[in-house]
Amino acid sequence: MNELSASSRITYRAVMVRPGMARRIRGLSDKTLAWLFITPTIVLLLAINIFPLLWTIYLSFTNYRANRANVPTIWLGADWYQSILTDPDIWAAMQVTAHFVIWTVVIETVLGFGLAYLIDKKFRGHGMWTTIILLPMMLSPAVVGNFWTFLYQPQIGLFNYVVAFFTGRAASSFQMLGDVTLSPWAIVIVDAWMWTPYVMLICLAGLRSIPDYIYEAAEVDRASKWRQFWSITLPMALPFIMLAVLFRGIENFKMFDMVNLLTGGGPGSTTEVASITLKRAAFESWRTGYSSAFAIILFVTVFGLANIYVKALNKVKSR
Amino acid sequence: MKRTMKTLVVACGAVAAAFGVGAGTTPAQAQGKTITLCWAAWDPANALVELSKDFTAKSGIGMKFEFVPWTNYADRFLNELNSHGSLCDLIIGDSQWIGGAAENGQYVKLNDFFKKEGISMDDYMPATVVGYSEWPKNSPNYWALPAMGDAVGWTYRKDWFARPDVQKDFKAKYGRDIGVPKTLDELKDIAQFFQGRDIDGKKVYGASIYTERGSEGITMGVSNYLYDYGFKYDDPKKPYAMDGFVNSAGAVKGLEAYKELYKCCTPPGASNSYMSEGLDAFKSGQVALQMNFFAFFPGLYKDPNVGGDKIGFFVNPAGPAGQATQLGGQGISVVSYSKNQPEALQYIKWFSGGDVQKKWWALGGYSCAKSVLNDPSFPDSAPFAKEFLQSMGMVVDFWAEPSYAQLLQAEQKRVHDYVVADKGTAQEALDGLVKDWKAIFKEEGKKF
Repeated sequence: MNELSASSRITYRAVMVRPGMARRIRGLSDKTLAWLFITPTIVLLLAINIFPLLWTIYLSFTNYRANRANVPTIWLGADWYQSILTDPDIWAAMQVTAHFVIWTVVIETVLGFGLAYLIDKKFRGHGMWTTIILLPMMLSPAVVGNFWTFLYQPQIGLFNYVVAFFTGRAASSFQMLGDVTLSPWAIVIVDAWMWTPYVMLICLAGLRSIPDYIYEAAEVDRASKWRQFWSITLPMALPFIMLAVLFRGIENFKMFDMVNLLTGGGPGSTTEVASITLKRAAFESWRTGYSSAFAIILFVTVFGLANIYVKALNKVKSR
Repeated sequence: MKRTMKTLVVACGAVAAAFGVGAGTTPAQAQGKTITLCWAAWDPANALVELSKDFTAKSGIGMKFEFVPWTNYADRFLNELNSHGSLCDLIIGDSQWIGGAAENGQYVKLNDFFKKEGISMDDYMPATVVGYSEWPKNSPNYWALPAMGDAVGWTYRKDWFARPDVQKDFKAKYGRDIGVPKTLDELKDIAQFFQGRDIDGKKVYGASIYTERGSEGITMGVSNYLYDYGFKYDDPKKPYAMDGFVNSAGAVKGLEAYKELYKCCTPPGASNSYMSEGLDAFKSGQVALQMNFFAFFPGLYKDPNVGGDKIGFFVNPAGPAGQATQLGGQGISVVSYSKNQPEALQYIKWFSGGDVQKKWWALGGYSCAKSVLNDPSFPDSAPFAKEFLQSMGMVVDFWAEPSYAQLLQAEQKRVHDYVVADKGTAQEALDGLVKDWKAIFKEEGKKF
């Protein structure tokens, strides 16, 4: 400031502290100012997040149906919770969801990390390959669902032809979406195809954050590549991998659009993940109270599991 | 090139019409009121756009159309009604919605209006009045004007049936001539005969039937078998008493027969087929038989590849316990949240006119008016007119209760689990269905 000329000093003051504003602000404490800045955000959050959540909790204890507003609302206590938690169909849907979440997360993590490891080697054309690999995650799930329906079509679908080419089976001899055994894997394949690049991106950030000097020190110590991978790369990238697992786990627990387009929950209820059951209860049957209770159960499940996981993640980070 | 451009212009026009862009935009519309009519996006909707131009010309009221594909039709419009939206002034709602829409005050009751305007329900085919207008059923409480008669029927490849090699092989295998099936067993024989057969160097399949899981597909399909095998929704003498009616021995056999047809005679990948998948399979020359709603038959008849002399139509064949078919179709109602109710009622009055009903049929819509259907020339007015008339005399509809969506979901799950996913037996599926339906009715406070 001392180096500024007199004229610059005048301009600086004029910009920084306008007299009217200064008077107004001077009367406010830092705390008040802070509240002033965050109040709009808090109001918005309350309106679009907290209030609906509280309202849903309230509805979950009633017989309310959104399509029958003229029917008196009755307090049912925990009836819906009891009926949901003892319903075999709900448990079946939870099993389908667990199968989907576990397998997609495992496949995406292994493939995503593998791809990130390769891309990190900065071979010739790695930029172009990165862009190509990232393409699927840029597509809308609705688009992906629709075109994979065609790819899986037994008579004209490319997927069946590729499998037929390698296995020698007739292309139309199996149907990925209509077969009870294959359809749960069909949705896993599509999700892995779409979201492996996302995991790759997070893992790549992790790999790129490892300083080169650590590897250089390892080289000096004559550590093999294998040893470097297990002792440096994997431990240092682990927090990022765990973060990717958390994101994909949460996302896939509430997966709806892609599965709905691919199979609609079928054949039978083979691929009916929890969110499809919830949507049917909420917006087809209009059992608003029941579906609110189910939504709360799902929310608590995801929230609880995510919290446990975050604690584990923090432990890994603090190592 | 010129032809391509022409096709492109026609296609753009069709798309614009389907989305209501510019439809009915006349000087009158700019000056006067415009009302919105909501329906499904399908062939008859395009005919209605054409027909409604006369209404605009006559009344000066502009028409806007909100057409939604069948797969989202119920979701979209039931959401609209349940949220008290005023997007639709008029709605051509599915027959099963009538109970809920009436009890929840979403449709305007039309009795007084009909009386004032001299519109009599006696002028409409009885099955369509019960199916599309009345709630409670069989009571003189009208919530819609029967607008689009429809039922499930069948199409077949007449040209394949006429081939000497097909006729010879069929006779050798079954000991009778190939022809329109009179029974469901005959239908299965024909489907089985064509399954995997080579026709002009192309492998073809038996039949396209409804198997869709997400909305209502498999229920609309299997019902045609269940009814013919003796299934009834409840005891005719004791409403909502379903034991022994829904899961009767006959109904179990009907469900088994539908599964057999699915397993033996449908194209690969037909585990989630409904109307459009059926049309695709038939139009692409994949199947010999197709189950679908009559509403699509005018379009199929005009199809350059499989229409004309190549296509034939028949009613749902008889089963061991009789002959019936699933009702489709809809009535037109005035939405109670509409701000343009007088204009919407004016449209209904106009639509009920004898000449309008005749033109509606001529354009590709299915009139429910006796003046059209009982006209001696009607059976010969289209290649499927006689079959349509016959079908409308034997239709049965799904529950139209306010809880119909829940009832439908339960059947979709139970039937799809058994037919497509091979879960359990037919008896278990129907016993489970009775259990589900009882629970739903119990929650509704019904006594049975």
